[in-house]
Amino acid sequence: MSDFNLLDPFQFLSIPLGDWVESALNYLVQNFRDFFRAIRWPIDQVLSGIDSALHAMPPMVIIVLVSLFGWQIAGRRMGIFCAVVMFCLGLIGVWSESMTTLSLVLTSVFFCVIFGVPLGIVCARSDKVERMVRPLLDAMQTLPAFVYLVPVVMLFGIGDVPGVLVTIVFALPPLVRLTNLGIRQVPEDKIEASRAFGATPKQMLYKVQLPLATPTIMAGMNQTLMLSLSMVVIASMISVAGLGQMVLRGIGRLDMGLATVGGVGLVLLAILLDRLTQAMGQRSEAGITCHWYETGPVGFFYSLFRKAANSR
Amino acid sequence: MTDSNEILSIRNLYKVFGDKPEEAMQMLKDGLHKDEIFEKNHQTVGVMDASFSVKKGEIFVIMGLSGSGKSTLVRLLNRLIEPTSDTIELNGKDITSLADQDLLEVRRKEMSMVFQSFALMPHMTVLRNAAFGLEIAGTPVKERESRAMAALEQVGLGEHASSFPHQLSGGMQQRVGLARALTSNPTILLMDEAFSALDPLIRTEMQEELIKLQREQQRTIVFISHDLDEAIHIGDRIAIMEGGRIVQVGKPVDILLNPADDYVRSFFKGVDVSKVLKAGDIAAPDPSSIVRLNGRIQMPNNPANHEYGYLVDENGCLKGVLELTRMGSSPNPDALEDAQCAGYQSIESGRSLNELLGIVAKNPYPVPVVDAAGVFKGAISKSQLLQTLSR
Repeated sequence: MSDFNLLDPFQFLSIPLGDWVESALNYLVQNFRDFFRAIRWPIDQVLSGIDSALHAMPPMVIIVLVSLFGWQIAGRRMGIFCAVVMFCLGLIGVWSESMTTLSLVLTSVFFCVIFGVPLGIVCARSDKVERMVRPLLDAMQTLPAFVYLVPVVMLFGIGDVPGVLVTIVFALPPLVRLTNLGIRQVPEDKIEASRAFGATPKQMLYKVQLPLATPTIMAGMNQTLMLSLSMVVIASMISVAGLGQMVLRGIGRLDMGLATVGGVGLVLLAILLDRLTQAMGQRSEAGITCHWYETGPVGFFYSLFRKAANSR
Repeated sequence: MTDSNEILSIRNLYKVFGDKPEEAMQMLKDGLHKDEIFEKNHQTVGVMDASFSVKKGEIFVIMGLSGSGKSTLVRLLNRLIEPTSDTIELNGKDITSLADQDLLEVRRKEMSMVFQSFALMPHMTVLRNAAFGLEIAGTPVKERESRAMAALEQVGLGEHASSFPHQLSGGMQQRVGLARALTSNPTILLMDEAFSALDPLIRTEMQEELIKLQREQQRTIVFISHDLDEAIHIGDRIAIMEGGRIVQVGKPVDILLNPADDYVRSFFKGVDVSKVLKAGDIAAPDPSSIVRLNGRIQMPNNPANHEYGYLVDENGCLKGVLELTRMGSSPNPDALEDAQCAGYQSIESGRSLNELLGIVAKNPYPVPVVDAAGVFKGAISKSQLLQTLSR
């Protein structure tokens, strides 16, 4: 080794990072198999529940339900929009794949909400926790999506559940951040007023902070949903089913038709989810002038019911 | 010093903002000024050595310019800000030593607060906002809604119960704020610059409403204000604050007539005396001008000093104004009849000076002042009035 060259020291110096990681992962896999299995279990349950529900229902039923939901939260036009988009998904022949992707996205959003919102609340309440969590969130967001796949595949193998897991990790940060932000942004005078009327910290959280932070939290939801969708597509590389896989397979086989159909399906799904969550955020943000049960389909039946009650 | 009338008493209340309050307290005890303390130690003295008591059923105004510590002071009362050292007693109960749960109870039942910025909850209807205090206290829905509704009716917002706050004007929003504070039927109402964000017309209207409310329900109100006219108008008593210290406590008239120091004097310079002082405040009875009627006519001792006299019956009630010069020294009923000024005018003692300028100017005699029961309280002459106004 006498030919050490200062201009190119890396002939001589190297760190066997790959070996280290491999042996570390091997150790983890061998010794903590049960732990990783335990993590898989709840995700598996939720995913298969949502997935089988979405696949069991006839498409028309789902279209009607989604449209009613859209109508309820954002008016009649949103309802019609939902129906059209869902109908198109069926028409181009990707209904089943869409439902798979949707169930993957919903599962990961479900877990993101379960972990993200409470974590955001804790961050908002304690500067110390926030200081600790922030770099973690930064790392989670700056790491290229692709890189996540490596450790997850090592630890959890391939398939839908690791796909959801990777998606959760990728999509969690904005929800935590925006929940934190939303609660911190609640005007001081409202907090003071609720304290002056003798609210406990818990009452303050549920009656004042969370309701007032809802628009921001919904914006976080929207971000999380969009990130989930993009990650679910990338995760098709670890053999996650759905629209992403169509695109991947299409590219692999140079089958542009298949890839395009999958892509269009993804776009339609993305637009639908984006519009719906944005509408939810706006609804809680824009000046509320009436109660939720006075609008949308519920309001329609409510007024029918009231009329019937009055005429009696 | 505990008067049964006293509902809230504060003794030697201090608040130091910063991380080393003990040091700052020691420095205060050594007689350092708060600016020096800030320079040396970076501790801000918010309130120092505040002592006062609030009586049941009065409007107590804490008045000072911004930065004088008045908002801090009112927050110390319900411990939204923790005091550094002091005693605060509400109905003889020491607030400062309360445990958390008891403190919540005090905030829920004994003290409620109205804020300058209204601080209504935008996601709740007006009714639910008004019921907020009771909702926090865990009162059943039916009861709290009916009580909130009653409070809303009181402030004249009954028909807006199902609106949302942002649909109301500023004045109406503050009425909701007031209703919210009234709903829990508190012992003391704390109002932090409650009307300062409202435009002048609405503000006057709200002030009248508050005075009316206070009269009807005998509320005890601690009102914070930076507006002297407001303080004088609504306050039964005023505490003037400057630089964290309470400079003077007293009735508006007393402070006006006997300011404690130059600061208070300069503060009150711009005040329109004629609006503050009432006829009863400057009318002084002069026994040498009173002609008493108790079975017989009783002349004053040396009536020669006075051109006019006042006829008063055995109950002290004013019966007429007499021209003493026309009566002679040995009065008989006929002379009395003769000397009476026909159609004399009198003033009720509660009227402010600016209302009686015309009356005093028009009449040749010092105008007699009577209280609500008609009892003679004294007279106001032209020169006396001018002297008071030119103070």
